[in-house]
Amino acid sequence: MKNGLRNSIARCAVLAVFLLVLAPQVAFGQEEEAGVVSLEMFTVNNTWMLVAAFLVFIMHLGFACLESGLTQAKNTVNILFKNISIVAIGLLTYAVVGFNLMYPGDFALEGVFGFAGFGLDPGVDGNTVAYADGAYTYWTDFIFQAMFAATAATIVSGAVAERIKLAPFLAFTSIYVALVYPITGSWKWGGGWLDAMGFYDFAGSTLVHSVGGWGALAGIIVLGPRLGKYVGGRVKAIAGHNMPLATIGVFLLWLGWYGFNGGSVLSADPELVSLVFVTTSLAAAAGVAGAMVTSWTLQHKPDLSMVLNGALAGLVGITAGADVVSVNAAMLIGFIAGIIVVGAVLLIDRVHIDDPVGAVSVHLVCGIWGTMAVGIFSADHSFVTQAIGVLAYGAVCFPAALGIFFALKQTVGLRVSKEEENIGLDVGEHGMEAYGGFQMVNR
Amino acid sequence: MKLIAAIIKPHMLDGVRDALSKSGIQGLTVTEVKGFGRQKGHTEIYRGAEYSVDFVPKIKIEVVTDDPQIDSVIAAITESARTGEIGDGKIFVSDVSEAIRIRTGEAGVAAL
Repeated sequence: MKNGLRNSIARCAVLAVFLLVLAPQVAFGQEEEAGVVSLEMFTVNNTWMLVAAFLVFIMHLGFACLESGLTQAKNTVNILFKNISIVAIGLLTYAVVGFNLMYPGDFALEGVFGFAGFGLDPGVDGNTVAYADGAYTYWTDFIFQAMFAATAATIVSGAVAERIKLAPFLAFTSIYVALVYPITGSWKWGGGWLDAMGFYDFAGSTLVHSVGGWGALAGIIVLGPRLGKYVGGRVKAIAGHNMPLATIGVFLLWLGWYGFNGGSVLSADPELVSLVFVTTSLAAAAGVAGAMVTSWTLQHKPDLSMVLNGALAGLVGITAGADVVSVNAAMLIGFIAGIIVVGAVLLIDRVHIDDPVGAVSVHLVCGIWGTMAVGIFSADHSFVTQAIGVLAYGAVCFPAALGIFFALKQTVGLRVSKEEENIGLDVGEHGMEAYGGFQMVNR
Repeated sequence: MKLIAAIIKPHMLDGVRDALSKSGIQGLTVTEVKGFGRQKGHTEIYRGAEYSVDFVPKIKIEVVTDDPQIDSVIAAITESARTGEIGDGKIFVSDVSEAIRIRTGEAGVAAL
């Protein structure tokens, strides 16, 4: 008897909850016809975008692990110091100028440059359904995009590792992420000239990864290789000190990419977000496979660091077209990216350009590949327009980065002394060690 | 008294320790060392570039024994550390003029 009553109360409760959950959906169905998103869907969309934002934040932890793992123990404090500083610089500059340079609304110089003023201002409708058709609020918009800004800068830090002075590096990062990244970004995502032309870059194979990659390439050309890397015309290996840490870094980057690409849907659209998760995952997996096959064939033994780069290559490759290519195309794009990245690492080493973590191969070379792949695998996008976009970013970002690095080299100097490079930047730049109590034999 | 310093392959250490215990040795000191002999180094590959490992990791064990025991200790080490491959290591024997147990102050063979 008692049990019977309890059961009916439970049934009533279930029914009540069911109605509460269902009722807004019915209302949403009616409102959708009128083109207005319900408050509930606004909340769902906005929550997903905030989750995506903190997933992108996780990528900085991934970069910190990967970069310190693939470099020498004596430079670990320096790498980590740069990684935490970049996040700070990225967020601060994006709040002050970056956001309003990248999304100016009105362009002062048609489609090329616009600036909506300093600081953040949500305005009257900034945090209502009206701001972005109920997809996200102004604050969400800012924090999601700000997380992206910092990733472009952090790509450079691994490439120039183990030999660049701290202060000029931070100066470069500030200028690059405050001005170059958002101004060039406005050409596509801000509704500028490349957007008008039909150029497509879903989550930033070009806008984020190539922009970072061009900066990395310019940096390592101006800096020169690490001591002892190329001796008598021969390539010498300078082994990374912690492969488990590098591996954790790649897993964290892969995790963060679900926010990077999944959030770039810019709403919680069930079909698109889930499609993007699938294309992103499959491209990364295929990147691992491509790098494995290539490394095993060319190097005779399968190199873990190459396979780690392969996963990232697949991810960078799919970033431009994650929502417009088929699942099969995603696998092909990732597999080819995995092959390309191993070839690029070996080739770049062959021409004596020293990139300790393979940042140029992963982010620049595969960023270009991913952008072009949209023109190949998506019927709605033109190969020529994609090529124009790739060239436009290269033509501006590379000379800009080269100019900033060269100016810093001529004024304050860019490279640490030979003595400091030998004892390590941890002691030289920071006066501290990453692994206190452990004996370092490479002094 | 003699000091026996043996350089052996790291993975042979457990076997050598057992063999020495069986031959009556009551204590020994182990150090991780690097070096090269006829085995020379070898090359490893990192991101497509070869690098040479010139110094091979080894284990050095040091044990001090009474003179009459010396042959059986050397035999125990030689048999337990041998794989027949190049790089099995070497044994060096030298004289020890004194040994003192810190806790009790005992000296000579009694301190071993």
